[in-house]
Amino acid sequence: MSAQPIHSAKTDWQKIRRDFPILDQKAHGKPLAFLDSAASGQMPEAVLNRIVEYQHTEHANIHRGVHLLSQRATDAFEDARHVVAEHLGCEDREVIFVRGATEGINLVAHGYGRKFLKAGDEVIITTMEHHANIVPWQMLRDEIGVVLRIVPITDDGLIELDAFEAAFSDKTKFVSVIHVSNTLGTINPIKKMCEIAHSKGVPVLVDGCQAAPHMLLNMKEIGADFYVFSGHKMCAPTGSGVLFGKAEHLKRMNPFMGGGDMILSVTFEKTTFNDIPHKFEAGTPAIMPVVGLAAAIRYLNEIGLNAIAEREHELVEYALKRLRAMKGIKIFGPQGERAPLISFGIDDVHPHDIGTILDQNGVAIRAGHHCTQPLMKRLGVPATARASFAFYNTEADVDALVNGIQAVQEIFG
Amino acid sequence: MTDMRDLYQDVILAHNKKPKNFGRLNPCTHEAHGHNPLCGDDYEIMAVVENGVVSDLAFDGSGCAISKAAASMMTARVKGKPVDEALGLIEDFRNMMVGQASDETKEQLGHLRVFEGVAQLPNRIKCAVLPWHTLNAALLGSEGASTEGENDEWEGA
Repeated sequence: MSAQPIHSAKTDWQKIRRDFPILDQKAHGKPLAFLDSAASGQMPEAVLNRIVEYQHTEHANIHRGVHLLSQRATDAFEDARHVVAEHLGCEDREVIFVRGATEGINLVAHGYGRKFLKAGDEVIITTMEHHANIVPWQMLRDEIGVVLRIVPITDDGLIELDAFEAAFSDKTKFVSVIHVSNTLGTINPIKKMCEIAHSKGVPVLVDGCQAAPHMLLNMKEIGADFYVFSGHKMCAPTGSGVLFGKAEHLKRMNPFMGGGDMILSVTFEKTTFNDIPHKFEAGTPAIMPVVGLAAAIRYLNEIGLNAIAEREHELVEYALKRLRAMKGIKIFGPQGERAPLISFGIDDVHPHDIGTILDQNGVAIRAGHHCTQPLMKRLGVPATARASFAFYNTEADVDALVNGIQAVQEIFG
Repeated sequence: MTDMRDLYQDVILAHNKKPKNFGRLNPCTHEAHGHNPLCGDDYEIMAVVENGVVSDLAFDGSGCAISKAAASMMTARVKGKPVDEALGLIEDFRNMMVGQASDETKEQLGHLRVFEGVAQLPNRIKCAVLPWHTLNAALLGSEGASTEGENDEWEGA
């Protein structure tokens, strides 16, 4: 990344901020500085309008019914699948709509894990995984006896490729790793990790929740066998999520849930499953959230994810510069490049007290373990405070954060 | 807007910095573990009960300023009191935190009223109540207390 101030001359970020009506309000009498987009992002007017338009004029159940609205809803839903597929550089049938990344990982643990893994097989995860990429594999362990291998991290919160490779044995049958750490901001060398795994014939699932909102993702380039992310962290509604899976895997996998839409025919003796992707989409899906996700991807691509990445890099670098200039602040995570989020601590102050005082100053951050308790243990802290940035944030939001931290230090001084 | 000084009063900050009765009691007759899985507040309360009196009381663990000050002030207040009175105080404190304490009860709580400011912040009430919750579990002989799930005897507190 360039160290030059980019301020992407072509993009008017103040104007873009105004696309997000929710940001224009006060919190406890102070201008809202929303720095919790890594937990859930906000939706621009374009997405909100598309959702209203869909519900006003197109909604009915999909893939059934011969009437006009059912056809419109089906078109909107399948168009969304095409938008996602184009965005990811994959085939439409390789896009499975799920409620979020958690469901995507559970689907793979169930549909692939229960079918192809057996007792003694090893599954590799890392120390920095979100609980969503730990618990499904532990459940599989308890059920069929697979063994979890945990890749360690450095003190700076990095995964070294040597350490990753060392976790493999001839029993390794699956790898499931986070692309960008939601706690540390670490951007893992996921392409190289996929190459290493594939050189040993092992498939890889990548949890891309914190990557998808901030960078262009091409499935062929990354090389992952499975890739999951949640729409609500990238300007779309909650309930929209994506599991990309290579068709060759999806075809061989067990379905996740049984029900309508995932079948070709049902008798009381036997059911024939539908083709992919429908085999994995039992029941009426979250049609409106998925339509919203397509609108969100269109919106992000209109600005350009590369421009967004540059802008967010600029914001996080500005925040790091200001925080590093303060006394008594500990910043977790990599020294070098990171995603637009910063986990930090203030000497002798618990993160929850930080969170409460910042909130009263209008600054919304997350305080806690961020669903990464094993990582907290590795860092030797019960919790951290985390400020996360999106392209709709401004330098003024960072300044509000810094002022809020000063207020914390004054109270606890 | 809540004034942060109403919440983080000097007495709370002082107890957070230098908590009273902080450490382990060995041996003790009663103990319980209290945990808030949502924020990680984690305390052990240890008591020595002799002839129906809480003759010694201590706490160990970690958490936010509100929970630590609550534990410190609780142990200072309850130490030396009969168990019955301790259980009454637990109930009174809990009532104050959910806004159900009478003026008379509040008066009896005395300097514990510094936690009234916390009652205005729903997501922090559990921080103040956790040590009391845990003391209750210790005195009643339950294994522990959690602010969440099945062990949450005080739904909403």
